[in-house]
Amino acid sequence: MSAVDVAVKSRGMRPTDIANPQFFHKIVDCQWACPSHTPVPEYIRLVAQRRYTEAYMLNWESNVFPGILGRTCDRPCEPACRRGRLEDKPVAICRLKRVAADYRGDISAMLPKIPKKKNGKRIALLGAGPASLTVARDLMPLGYTCVVIEKDPRGGGLMRTNIPSFRLPEQVLNEEVEIILDMGVETRFGHEITSLKAVLDEEFDAVFVGTGAPRGKDLKVPGREEASANIHIGIDWLTSIAFEHTTKVGKRVVVIGGGNTAMDCCRSSLRLGGKDVRVTVRSPRADMKASDWEIEDAEREGIPIFDNHQPLEFMLDNGRLAGVRFARMKAEYDDTGRRTLTPTGEEVVFECDDVLMAIGQDNAFPWIERDIGLEFSERDMPVVDKTTMMSTRPGVFFGGDAGWGPENIIWAVAHGHQAAISIDLHCAGKSLTQARPGPGVSLVSQKMGLHEWSYANDYSEDLRVAVPHADLRKSLRNLKVEVELGFDEKLALEEAERCLNCDIQTVFTRDLCIECDACVDICPVDCINFIANGEEAELRARLRVPAQDLSQDIYISDELKTGRIMAKDEDLCLHCGLCAERCPTGAWDMQKFTYLERQADPSGQPHCSAYIT
Amino acid sequence: MTYMKKPKVRHPGLRKNTQGMTRRDYEGLVSTLCAGCGHDSISAAIIEACFDLDFPAHRLAKLSGIGCSSKTPNYFLNRSHGFNSVHGRMPSVATGANLANRDLIYLGVSGDGDTASIGLGQFCHIIRRRVNMTYIVENNGTYGLTKGQFSPTSDRVSKSKKGEANLFEAIDLCTLAINLGAGFVARGFSGDKDHLVPLIKAAFSYNGFAFIDVISPCVTFNDHEDSTKSYDYVRAHNAAMDHLDLVPEREEIIAQTEQGKTTDVRMHDGSLMRIHRLDDAYDPRDAESALSILRKRHAKGQVVTGLLYIDEEDVDMHELLGITKQPLNAVPMRDLCPGNAELVKFNKSLR
Repeated sequence: MSAVDVAVKSRGMRPTDIANPQFFHKIVDCQWACPSHTPVPEYIRLVAQRRYTEAYMLNWESNVFPGILGRTCDRPCEPACRRGRLEDKPVAICRLKRVAADYRGDISAMLPKIPKKKNGKRIALLGAGPASLTVARDLMPLGYTCVVIEKDPRGGGLMRTNIPSFRLPEQVLNEEVEIILDMGVETRFGHEITSLKAVLDEEFDAVFVGTGAPRGKDLKVPGREEASANIHIGIDWLTSIAFEHTTKVGKRVVVIGGGNTAMDCCRSSLRLGGKDVRVTVRSPRADMKASDWEIEDAEREGIPIFDNHQPLEFMLDNGRLAGVRFARMKAEYDDTGRRTLTPTGEEVVFECDDVLMAIGQDNAFPWIERDIGLEFSERDMPVVDKTTMMSTRPGVFFGGDAGWGPENIIWAVAHGHQAAISIDLHCAGKSLTQARPGPGVSLVSQKMGLHEWSYANDYSEDLRVAVPHADLRKSLRNLKVEVELGFDEKLALEEAERCLNCDIQTVFTRDLCIECDACVDICPVDCINFIANGEEAELRARLRVPAQDLSQDIYISDELKTGRIMAKDEDLCLHCGLCAERCPTGAWDMQKFTYLERQADPSGQPHCSAYIT
Repeated sequence: MTYMKKPKVRHPGLRKNTQGMTRRDYEGLVSTLCAGCGHDSISAAIIEACFDLDFPAHRLAKLSGIGCSSKTPNYFLNRSHGFNSVHGRMPSVATGANLANRDLIYLGVSGDGDTASIGLGQFCHIIRRRVNMTYIVENNGTYGLTKGQFSPTSDRVSKSKKGEANLFEAIDLCTLAINLGAGFVARGFSGDKDHLVPLIKAAFSYNGFAFIDVISPCVTFNDHEDSTKSYDYVRAHNAAMDHLDLVPEREEIIAQTEQGKTTDVRMHDGSLMRIHRLDDAYDPRDAESALSILRKRHAKGQVVTGLLYIDEEDVDMHELLGITKQPLNAVPMRDLCPGNAELVKFNKSLR
């Protein structure tokens, strides 16, 4: 610790630098948690105003696939939502995104214009999944020639092959994929890449690898080889359903694995003729990887989940799969929370006709030569820079699952945006790090009059609205019937009101404060304090309600006239504006904070940019 | 005024008292007073004190007269009894209520106009009668509700917002209360809740008439440069005599004290009040010294705050009058009015 640090420490916490955009950005929990930093509260307000087309475009510019993500996103925004810390259930952000997509008008005139005259640069995009499509979306308006090379006959990647159509209707998928392909992207569908060297030989100006994590893990236990006719790798099986090569399954199906792929496998089985479909997981249920809502959906369809079941053997009868023998497991946790699974000694057999294996995915790059200057790590993954997405071979970029292992669509989109920025800089011969554009930021007062604010700050006490589902009997009969119906307008508007508008920030001006305590007294969640400064841990303990969540920052002011400081725990602030409303001097103001993650083409985000000013 | 409702949602980590209540459960409606009014801080201090003292809200009665201050009982303790009386007449209503039901906790809230102008006579007599209650004057030195005229507690050196001079001397309510024999007299400042909340708690714990004069800046009419009741003036001239610790009976006293700097007072409810004295001349048990400090410091333009005087031996109205311990409103009718035969017998005894 330096002498300066010691001096500062003895006086207590430093005043918060609100000019650093990351301070307020972090308070917008949903936007902060979203890999592509979609301005969530802003589009929820647009939904609340029934301006669905604008809400859609704001999303489209930021995350490229609002209709798809509104159904299938892993929604890192929702566990982050402040509302979840206040009362349990976060705002149904993902479903409100779908509302924007479902009710939007014609957007064709709002899409970026593609210049007729190309800039002469050719980019190869390997794989036609969300990462590659995002790169194309960002580069096409700048005049690049983008060439997508994909082994499947159509674009979309895992969004098409791994997500069953009862979760994502094909029409929604096609629409959003085609918006990008229609920009004039060259496509080589049905073309499997067997050599990166061969691609590089074509002399592209840059190559982006967005080939995903296409290899499903296998389980080597006795009987695997002998029964292989009825044992399927989950993601491959889902792909063959998507392209209608597989149309039925046995009556008794055992799914092995507890992730989202397992949930898709078991629910697809029900729709292809499975009667007795079971999910088996090695670990305790609480440790299952699948999203809670996907587990709920599977259970709602009557699929039992057997946890603590470790497969030991595939059993055969006359050379044909007859069942799976499992060891029952017990989980024990040590002091550090580390889990060990030990067999209880008990064994069970589930008889079945088919087994679907969904125990994870691996990256596979047999087609990348190891002598072309592209380094691989010890884990046999390409070495890629986290910021620039560039590999150790200049001009070759990675993104999505291909870059970082299995994640989800929204991460692939975020990587795609960053890769596009890098490719553009690379082609212009600029530094990928120093020339990288920073975020667009603005902070604007929302005060309209004496008691008027430009946003709806009344706190809605409503609980999270449940999404209506299609009739179970009907949806189980047809693989293509979408299970979730989405919100109707009434439900959507109700849910939209639950949003706290966390981007409308409480901004404190020290020089205006007369320390009358009006804000302290009115704050519904006791987050404002006027106290003596101190070190952070000690100060957190002294607040009106001790601030125990260290992931949430404390907003600290400069010293006030009485020698105290203002300390606001940002954790549960409702952004209701009552502090500003009750402040006699305007020391508190409600100001809209906007944060725009820049993309390769600055003019390609007109709706996002409009929201910034 | 604020049109927004204060959301009912509260911090999940908010502490609960022995009644199972959070501080929020002692709140009232959102204030209609001007934003930044000192009175709102006093309301918050009362809420804090009632929460800390674990009061069952339904055992408390809040009474007031007329004025900005007297509106405030609407903004706290909305689960308690309330009576918003005639201008300056809160003491009569409080006396009557206290006679009828001595078991309730009584809180009177008044202003400088309500107490020192129209209600001055009532104020003097409720002190004489030793009514067991806490009487808080929210003293902003101005008639805020009628647009900022001088009140009888405006200091002579203070000017109006428009710069008019004040021709008359101020009535010092604490001096008056000590002179009339009040057993607990204190002065607080709405802008210093750390000091005010213990004062209010001590007043509630005192058995007898407890008076607190709280200087409470009027942000609209009396928070300007030439005012002696502005936030800035009081902060700059605050002569705090003490800091109080009120330790409930159930808790161990662990506060370290400097020899000769503290005075301990055992309160009737069993709690211990520890007074940390900040001024050597000050002795809270000595009325003469209190009056002298008030006079001398006032002459220097200072605002004396703290527990100015306490008489531990004082008795309340019910003891003076020898009234039955059972609240009169709970005494059965046949005991209250034993019938004609008893009356005849009684009358005979007087002949």
